[in-house]
Amino acid sequence: MIDHLPILQVIVPLLGAPLCLIVRSPRAVGLFALLTSTITFLVSCLLLQQVLLHGTIAYELGGWAAPWGIEYRIDYLNSYLLLLVSAMGAIVLVASQTSIDRELPRSRHMLFYTAYLLCLTGLLGILCTGDAFNVFVFLEISALSSYTLIALGNDRRALTASYQYLIMGTIGATFIIIGVGLMYMMTGTLNMYDLAQRLPEVHNSKTVLSAIGFFIVGVCLKLALFPLHLWLPNAYAFAPSIATAFLAATSTKVAVYVLIRFIFSVVGPEFANTVLPLQEIFVVLGISGIFATSISAIYQLNIKRLFAYSSVAQIGYMILALAIGTPLGLTATLLHLFNHALMKAALFLAIGAVVYRVGSSQLSHFAGLGRQMPWTMAALVAGGLSLIGVPLTVGFVSKWYLVLALLENGWWPLTVLVLFSSLLAVIYVWRIVEWVYFASPRIFIEEVKDPPLSQLVPIYVLVFANFYFGIDTSLTVGVSKRAAEALFGGIFL
Amino acid sequence: MTAETLLLLTILVPLGAVIGIVALGHSPNLREAVSLTASLVLIYLTVSLYKITGAGAAVSWEGLHILPGLVLFFSIEPLGMLFSLIGSFLWLITTIYSIGYMRGHQEKNQTRFYICFAIAISSVMGISYAGNLFTLFIFYEILTLSTYPLVTHAGTEKAKLGGRVYLGILLTTSILFLLLAIIGTWYIAGTVDFHPGGIFDQSHTLAAAVLLPLYVFGIGKAAIMPFHRWLPAAMVAPTPVSALLHAVAVVKAGVFSVLKICTYIFGFDMLNRLPTTNFLLYLAGASVIIASLVAMKQDNLKARLAYSTVSQLSYITVGALLANSAGALGGAMHIGMHAFGKITLFFCAGAIMVATHKTEISDMRGLGRRMPVTMTAFFIGSLSIIGLPPCGGTWSKWYLMIGTIEADKLILMVVLMVSSLLNIAYLLPIPIKGFLYPDPDDKKGLRQVKEAPLPSLVALSLTSVGCIVLFIYPQPLYELGTYFLEAAGVHGR
Repeated sequence: MIDHLPILQVIVPLLGAPLCLIVRSPRAVGLFALLTSTITFLVSCLLLQQVLLHGTIAYELGGWAAPWGIEYRIDYLNSYLLLLVSAMGAIVLVASQTSIDRELPRSRHMLFYTAYLLCLTGLLGILCTGDAFNVFVFLEISALSSYTLIALGNDRRALTASYQYLIMGTIGATFIIIGVGLMYMMTGTLNMYDLAQRLPEVHNSKTVLSAIGFFIVGVCLKLALFPLHLWLPNAYAFAPSIATAFLAATSTKVAVYVLIRFIFSVVGPEFANTVLPLQEIFVVLGISGIFATSISAIYQLNIKRLFAYSSVAQIGYMILALAIGTPLGLTATLLHLFNHALMKAALFLAIGAVVYRVGSSQLSHFAGLGRQMPWTMAALVAGGLSLIGVPLTVGFVSKWYLVLALLENGWWPLTVLVLFSSLLAVIYVWRIVEWVYFASPRIFIEEVKDPPLSQLVPIYVLVFANFYFGIDTSLTVGVSKRAAEALFGGIFL
Repeated sequence: MTAETLLLLTILVPLGAVIGIVALGHSPNLREAVSLTASLVLIYLTVSLYKITGAGAAVSWEGLHILPGLVLFFSIEPLGMLFSLIGSFLWLITTIYSIGYMRGHQEKNQTRFYICFAIAISSVMGISYAGNLFTLFIFYEILTLSTYPLVTHAGTEKAKLGGRVYLGILLTTSILFLLLAIIGTWYIAGTVDFHPGGIFDQSHTLAAAVLLPLYVFGIGKAAIMPFHRWLPAAMVAPTPVSALLHAVAVVKAGVFSVLKICTYIFGFDMLNRLPTTNFLLYLAGASVIIASLVAMKQDNLKARLAYSTVSQLSYITVGALLANSAGALGGAMHIGMHAFGKITLFFCAGAIMVATHKTEISDMRGLGRRMPVTMTAFFIGSLSIIGLPPCGGTWSKWYLMIGTIEADKLILMVVLMVSSLLNIAYLLPIPIKGFLYPDPDDKKGLRQVKEAPLPSLVALSLTSVGCIVLFIYPQPLYELGTYFLEAAGVHGR
């Protein structure tokens, strides 16, 4: 059983998805999906424990030996992210039980949960696999199901948002498959481990360079690196709140993982930073993305869009930290990956609770909610503080490592810019605080009160996690550091 | 109880009071009883710690390894002892005062008021006993955030704008400069612990020269110009908040941090070598004069007092930057002396507001006949701020003057003297006109005495008596000051 954990991680939600269609009953299907994702979460806990105890796990699918068959490889990096993604998948589903009643017709609940579990499958599959083509396959599974999730939003604009994402996502996927295809052409292998061995022999060919170029641009589209982020704000704004919370906490994170895996484990950091001008590109795009999208966030009138822009800004921090090109910088990226998921999941679930009660995520509808929904709003503020990076929250831990990594490289001006940019977060978070606590309620609705416990509990679990991992960082910092050092040590997977 | 337990309790008791205040929020009398009890317990705790440390025992507590190498670390040294004693003692008096004020003024949301107050006091204790910069920073930020709801207590548009300035400046400076300075220190010196004689060595001179201004500007709570605007903005808060927090706790947390960083992080030898010290010293001097001049033009009593505070805070910054024993001693003593003087003045301003609803100085002629106790207290408080016998302010100013002579900075001595004259010009006319001019509202000459509610009157009498006692019996402050010099590795006088 323990030996088969890597495949169980993917197969459980994959089998759960079609079963949702059989269950049908709106109430039961939610609980079934929750059960499936909880099992998935437990599997990932066991997997992380195994990796921490015994080191990298290699699993050959169907018993086919590695370069021919598909191989799953679980090391520090992906076991850590598997835990994150499956945990978010499960926690968000707890809140979904009541939340989607309000946003989706009952007949569509089973579709929602099917797409949700498929999306989870795709994301977990990307993390598990050690095969480049398999990455593409799972990327498409997760992408197609997220288009569906977004299109299920009850605002008609959800359809255009989903379509926009579909076009951009498909372009990204095409780029990725072109990149993988070219690499296969040059090396004759799809296994990442093999690719890493054979690519250096053909490094100076233009085909390999363009393969890498296609792949990286494709992935950057998926992870919404500025200026390839245009699909994201609408997609997050119009999707059902639960879908937004799930996607914001996981999907871009997994795309960042693909980028890290590709750069460090396949191409190799020296090659990526010497032959390719990746460092310069990522620094410029990272920092300009942080500013451009943080400033956009300040002017948003819809809170979902506001935090969607903020998500793109946070991606900028991760890419900037990645560009530093030191183990410390990579640690900062991995930490922020984890921490940002905690913040955004908490924030979007809190917003989901408002949508549940008020029916809108327009900023003006938040007026006076501080009195009517005190617990939800307190959670929103706590998430916001974490986003700003107040000490004792996870945001502070991320910021500390990012700044330390920048200073280690002697990049003083960037350090100042990064700290300055967190003030922009203060502005957009405080705009919400002022609406929530100072404006008088727009329309006085008697029933507006905190959401049922099934939503409040997951929100507070996440808020608690925001503080817990801001105080006890042994898990996050420990694993990120080991993963970063392993990646830099050239220890593949 | 061990000394470590006592230390932790000083931080936990005010936090524990929060639970009591929430639970008893429905019954104002019981709720205030919780605050009063907590403050009495806190005084007991700090005095016990004073006795223990006075006997020569070192008390410290270490726990919560937040980041590798960065721990939550408390360690009591004399300056912190002094600050916590003043903080706990004045919390009791302010609570007494608040009971009269908040009820007399019929303020809303009193439960929230007492909650935030208790959290603020808890963070003041944390700042006092912080054993490293990291711990100091955590509590510094908590203090900022917990006082924000107090500043915006009224919930009006004006309060909201005041809150923006307050939070804007304090967070901007702390994130942009202070955090950068702390991470920079960690990066350069490899430690952020407070250490007698400083933690930098000769080779760090250049970096330290950059870090010093970052610290001085980063500690926005010390209100050195041009980062002082938040203090007048904070005057929209209810008067007890202005009294304890914006004349004592928050601002003193600022200058306390400056003094502590100058002695335990830089050390006087290093300060004397740095090229940036002089610049900051003269900037602080300019702050003293300019703020006094601005204060003269204010007709609103609280605004005048706020600018007076800005000016007086720079006294302490000057004392710290003079980098000699007399300057530091004067600075340390001034923390206590100014606290008693200024809190008295604010208490009087609040008493006048509650009893007569007057806020403008030009309306206060003849007020001494109606409020003789208040005006007498105001007179005594003014004398202490000016630095005239028979009030405590005399001594701290004395040592600051000696400090300027020792450092051979005669210009600064002139600055201090001119400032005293300006203090006379903007403070004394208020009680003089109060007593000597006829009351325009009292045409019949009834001379009816109508003071503020009794608790407020008791509180302001206590603090004004305190000003005089500190003239006759300044030994506790002086002793703690000299112990502080010894602990900081400076030769005591």
